[in-house]
Amino acid sequence: MSEAVLHDDHHDHKPYGIGRWLFSTNHKDIGTMYLVFALIMFFVGGAMSMVIRAELFQPGIQYVDPQFYNSMVTVHALVMIFGALMPAGVGLANWMIPMMIGAPDMALPRMNNMSFWILPFAFTLLLSTFFMQGGAPAGGWTMYPPLVLQLGDGFPYLVFAVHFLGISSIMGAINIIATVFNMRAPGMSFMRLPLFVWAWIITAFLLIAAMPVLAGGVTMLLTDKYFGTAFFDAAGGGDPVMFQHIFWFFGHPEVYILVLPSFGVISQIIPTFSRKPLFGYTSMVYATASIAFLSFFVWAHHMFTVGMPLTGELFFMYATMSIAVPTGVKIFNWMATMWKGSMTFETPMLFAIGLLFMFSIGGFSGLMMGITPVDFQYHDTYFIVAHFHYVIVPGIIFGIIGGIYFWLPKWTGNMYDEKLGKLHFWLSTVSVNVLFFPMHFIGLAGMPRRIPDYSVQFADWNTIISLGGFVFGLSQLILVWVVIKCVRGGEKATDQVWEGAHGLEWTLPSPPPFHTFTTPPEVTDATAHS
Amino acid sequence: MSVDKLKQIALGTIAVSLLFMSGTVLADYMNVLNLTEGVTPTSKMVYDLHMIILYIVTAIGVVVFSVMCWSIYHHRKSKGAVAEQFHHSTTAEITWTVIPIIILVIMAIPATKALVFMEQTGDAEMTLKVTGLQWKWKYDYLDEDISFISSLSQDSNDARQMGSGIDPNTVENYLMDVDNYVVLPIKTKIRILTTAADVIHGWWVPDLGWKRDAIPGFINDNWTYIEEPGVYRGNCAELCGRDHGFMPIVVKAVPKAEYAVWVEEQKAMQLAAAAGADKEWTKEELLEKGKAVYAANCVACHMAEGQGIEGLFPALNGSAIVNGPAAEMVMLILNGKNMMPAFKDILSDTDIGAAITHERNSWGNTVKDVVQPSDVKAMR
Repeated sequence: MSEAVLHDDHHDHKPYGIGRWLFSTNHKDIGTMYLVFALIMFFVGGAMSMVIRAELFQPGIQYVDPQFYNSMVTVHALVMIFGALMPAGVGLANWMIPMMIGAPDMALPRMNNMSFWILPFAFTLLLSTFFMQGGAPAGGWTMYPPLVLQLGDGFPYLVFAVHFLGISSIMGAINIIATVFNMRAPGMSFMRLPLFVWAWIITAFLLIAAMPVLAGGVTMLLTDKYFGTAFFDAAGGGDPVMFQHIFWFFGHPEVYILVLPSFGVISQIIPTFSRKPLFGYTSMVYATASIAFLSFFVWAHHMFTVGMPLTGELFFMYATMSIAVPTGVKIFNWMATMWKGSMTFETPMLFAIGLLFMFSIGGFSGLMMGITPVDFQYHDTYFIVAHFHYVIVPGIIFGIIGGIYFWLPKWTGNMYDEKLGKLHFWLSTVSVNVLFFPMHFIGLAGMPRRIPDYSVQFADWNTIISLGGFVFGLSQLILVWVVIKCVRGGEKATDQVWEGAHGLEWTLPSPPPFHTFTTPPEVTDATAHS
Repeated sequence: MSVDKLKQIALGTIAVSLLFMSGTVLADYMNVLNLTEGVTPTSKMVYDLHMIILYIVTAIGVVVFSVMCWSIYHHRKSKGAVAEQFHHSTTAEITWTVIPIIILVIMAIPATKALVFMEQTGDAEMTLKVTGLQWKWKYDYLDEDISFISSLSQDSNDARQMGSGIDPNTVENYLMDVDNYVVLPIKTKIRILTTAADVIHGWWVPDLGWKRDAIPGFINDNWTYIEEPGVYRGNCAELCGRDHGFMPIVVKAVPKAEYAVWVEEQKAMQLAAAAGADKEWTKEELLEKGKAVYAANCVACHMAEGQGIEGLFPALNGSAIVNGPAAEMVMLILNGKNMMPAFKDILSDTDIGAAITHERNSWGNTVKDVVQPSDVKAMR
């Protein structure tokens, strides 16, 4: 260890002013920036969903042109996935992984800075398309050709934004892998890692495998539009369906890239508030790895209706159904962790339990859609919209929010307002079900997705759905208030924060000093992970 | 606010909503809950499969959620629960791996049977080719030489414009009605080919039990066997641009004898239309027909006053092409350009001649000449 690092450690002096953030190489500051960026994007994407729900509040076109509606649907998804969910996951990883494995920082701090600062530029490119000739992307976040090629001047901006986001994600993933593989404290073997860290290693490998495929796909779109190639143009010997294969070869692993960090978070929360070690640690690691591995063999279930050979449809049906097994193992392990524990229900635990229930609902509808012949009916209806929103909102987002409540006292040194946290949970949980559950009904009854107006039979449910949506959207402002309040003050948090908390991060002061573990701790406890 | 108080509020809200939804209101909601059984062997098979899986996952859900709730209720610190410290059980792990596998295999058997059944597209008695276009459908009866375009009905189209002032509830079959129905015979195995001319569309009539993408440059084959006469409505399922939500599908299934009569009528109409290309039309006749053709085929992009949509679709009002040589305009419409589809296989010579005449004589356009259908025919 160099003298300079020791010097910094002793005085704990932080760079100040804007430079602290612009040139930061500190994992905690970069983690904070990721989380703040994700929160802003969550509200940008959320505002777009409010436009969608306002337009669908009643039949007829009231507020926006159908083309702009399509842009809302498209950019809502891109902003939420690439701007809110993924950066939030990376933010949690940045903050927690070095502290959990006993490392002083991320292995590649300058790259860490770059991978964050690419994001604001990428989203400036993407969102600037709203002011361009031809408008913002309106062909769906899946960017299927030939439709996406009809986009006007915004098209290259979309492609380059996706490239930038991919580069940022890959750098973040490399950093996490390098950190965990090289910087674990003595005694912190792989099978002693907290499950959050395991979830992130697996996610990082998924990112490295999947993102280049997307980058390749959108580059082919770019050359199809501007350089006379015909990868996806049947008239030139290409195949528009090939793009869908490429996209979903990225897109399905992407689903797990989003969800695994949340699974990791609740694998920390549930043992803490059950005051009991995580059940089946080893099988959790293997189940997570199996889900990730299988995720590369199920992509075509997103496109059963393109007309594949029977053998192809059967293969992807069986492969998709098989994912239910490791996913079930994880759910059962969490249940067994709670079983005969001594549970308390602080806000993080409430969000974790909410995830268990509602992610399961999303899992059930997912299993239904894995059955190919029935998917021919479900595909591209509100049933799928209900499915993936159940998985993403009360699944992934509840996991991330749970993690924020869980670690906020550690980050700030202050306890958050528990009453407001519980209010946030209950309002979110009730409204999210009012918002998404009836979508199953209208989807089964025949309402297609991505339409700005609908047949009047769907009007009653759509009104209820929109009301649920408005309440859910407003409820998220409570989170902002809780965070601001907690940063500004509150009851002082202890180092351990939660009675049942185990792990290196809870041995540090709350808030932790700017540099931590400059001298690696010694890990001797075999169950350090829980 | 205490947790108890929150619980009271939540329960109160649920009770009030249930009251609100009772009676007639509830009936409205109950009609829109589940998949249709449909009218084909496929759709019934799919419905049964859907219900089986729904029951299975509901049962799993009840068991899993009950265990979770029981645990949440009993194993809480406030009830004095003391945490046990077990963290592993091979028996439990094997059990909850093997049982789901068995359930999945049970589900896979009927699913495989249904899929194999649905993919048997051979032995069809007739073939219908469906072509998706932005934003309408073209139907070709390959055995009968009948071909027509089917687009959103005029009253729905009027009502769906922003600020139309028309209440959608007053429009019959709002957004689910078209000008030309697809008439099909019942109790006939019909092969349905789907393809598209511009972007990917999805042809879906829930009562037939499936949807299939219509992909430019490729042809997908499917089949149906409609058992009962009736009118069955559906939509485009794949996002295909601005008016994706406004290209419904209406299938009218009729007894075979009635179908034969309809085929003869259609053939006579198509002959009359073809003859139109050889006769000399007056300007008034062309303008009147052109207005209708424009409303059905052009207005979605170029808009009612020919103003187009800034940045998306060019204006025709004052356009250099519309006010330029007629021959170039005919060639552009026949062969398409960028997003503009090639209309040579979509519209007849008469329709194209009439539409061009209408456009060159409307709004602020100054040429005011006549393009005869025979001119268009000569340029094909």
